[in-house]
Amino acid sequence: MRFQGRAWKFGSNVDTDAIIPARYLNESAPDALAVHCMEDENPRFASEMKPGDILVAGTNFGCGSSREHAPIAIKAKGVPCIIAKSFARIFYRNAFNMGLAILESNEAVDGVSDGDTVEVDLSSGTIRNLTTGAVFSSNPIPSFMQQIIYDGGLMGHIAKREKA
Amino acid sequence: MAMTITEKILAAHAGKKEVQPGELIEAEVDVALGNDITAPIAIEQFRKTGLESVFDRERLVLVPDHFTPNKDIKSAEQCRFMRRFAREQGITHYFEVGEAGIEHALLPEQGIVLPGDLVIGADSHTCTYGALGALATGVGSTDLAAVMAVGRLWFKVPETVKFVYFGQRRPWVDGKDLILFTIGKIGVDGALYQAMEFCGEAIESLSMDGRFTMANMAIEAGAKNGIFIPDRIVKKYVEGRAKRPYRFFESDADARYKEIIEIDVSQIEPQVAFPHLPSNVRGISQVGDIPIDQVVIGSCTNGRLSDLISAACVLKEKKIAPQVRLIIIPATPVIYREAMRRGLFDIFLDAGAVISPPTCGPCLGGHMGVLAKGERVVATTNRNFVGRMGHKESEIYLSNPAVAAASAVLGRIAGPTELGVEDRQGGQNDAVSG
Ligand code: SF4
Repeated sequence: MRFQGRAWKFGSNVDTDAIIPARYLNESAPDALAVHCMEDENPRFASEMKPGDILVAGTNFGCGSSREHAPIAIKAKGVPCIIAKSFARIFYRNAFNMGLAILESNEAVDGVSDGDTVEVDLSSGTIRNLTTGAVFSSNPIPSFMQQIIYDGGLMGHIAKREKA
Repeated sequence: MAMTITEKILAAHAGKKEVQPGELIEAEVDVALGNDITAPIAIEQFRKTGLESVFDRERLVLVPDHFTPNKDIKSAEQCRFMRRFAREQGITHYFEVGEAGIEHALLPEQGIVLPGDLVIGADSHTCTYGALGALATGVGSTDLAAVMAVGRLWFKVPETVKFVYFGQRRPWVDGKDLILFTIGKIGVDGALYQAMEFCGEAIESLSMDGRFTMANMAIEAGAKNGIFIPDRIVKKYVEGRAKRPYRFFESDADARYKEIIEIDVSQIEPQVAFPHLPSNVRGISQVGDIPIDQVVIGSCTNGRLSDLISAACVLKEKKIAPQVRLIIIPATPVIYREAMRRGLFDIFLDAGAVISPPTCGPCLGGHMGVLAKGERVVATTNRNFVGRMGHKESEIYLSNPAVAAASAVLGRIAGPTELGVEDRQGGQNDAVSG
């Protein structure tokens, strides 16, 4: 799977309240959540981002709450992939469980500026900065997690095994 | 092979003799928790499996606590969705408004989570139950849905970092200060993916409530879980509450730790976390003059009986500053009643506080005390992220209940010693709350 899009760059410790402020959690419809995605962090993101754009962030992305509303809001916004130096543990689980691709790479995060065009090849973990020509590699995804993605997320994985 | 308490609990639930850090395992879950925000998404996912009933109606716990009593129509509908599911499935531990409290205070109080358990909750502060010597960790709604379906879940065995607290606590220093100090030291991702094991002589003398506060905030350092080795204080707390067998695990003397961090608590004064990260801490003497608009005493971190007693000690025969609003939220109906019975409500009301029914409410900017632009709050909660309690230009300062109460009286962030109030518990409060 390959993705290509504009990079939106964020700092470290982007928390779940920044991704989707808790005050909007009285509903869970993805489209309703997407409207407010990142609005406290970067109001331009909510209005200007285009589906296919990629998030690039520092360490500990998605820290804070366990709420899946955060990856849901990002996914519903049309972001196919997040590249960060590291992810908060629960966010990492949630993203995999619902099929939002996430990659960890210090070099790629340092080598991509806001507004650059980035291409990601999920199967090899290769990240290309098409604006500068630089190429980076990211940590491979554990095979157990690949199986979950392959089965269409955790619920698909379970359904498949319960049948077997 | 020598193992830590975290590794032993995971091994026992995975049906294995031993597990190693980094290993991916599948384990049986004892208790799974969802709330009015996270359960609706999990229920929808569960429905998609086509299964008719949940894995065990006595082990799935559903608590409406975040936006309850319903703050608006949308929350009412989320709650109704969860309530209907609870009725249809015959869920034993569904708590209606009136019985419900903040989930992480409620579950231990009701004896639903016990030592040695493996607990998952679709709420990040599920790690609170580590105070009982359980392995408890927050997950997302999809993980909850998976457990609702099959009662099992995948886990990665974490590495453990051991925190040894030695020395005597100073007056007005409680679990909140120890954990804030620790997060300040290691950072908000200082324990990412890891288990935090809390021990040492200063922990042995810490009350059950103080331990809940510490385990509660392990997630604020990025940890998978925070855990204590169960002892006589845990035993005393659990006896009379447990309705099923439980098990005390402990770490082997030669267990392997990623790191051992020693902390001299005699050097720690009451801590305040400045905006906008829980790691941004200062000792109370370094705070300076910061005027405030509101004080919130409550939440799954510090809404327990000993927290309210501590606030009442400070507020007794005093009035809050006229420009300050003080909101006190007992975390559960049992705590509420006990606080009332002990006369704490008179002290709070005389001081000028408002007492809220048990709810998460303002902790997540939901209701019952949302902040306006530019307002400052001292809160006994656990997160001071941008916009967490209201407007994105409001500011949250985290502290223990005594500091929060003193700040309400003085109208600026301050410790109780400035009011000349003595810590009657001498920093060694051994209270076990009801
Ligand atoms: S009190 Fe706050 S932190 Fe605790 S469960 Fe409720 S919203 Fe979450």
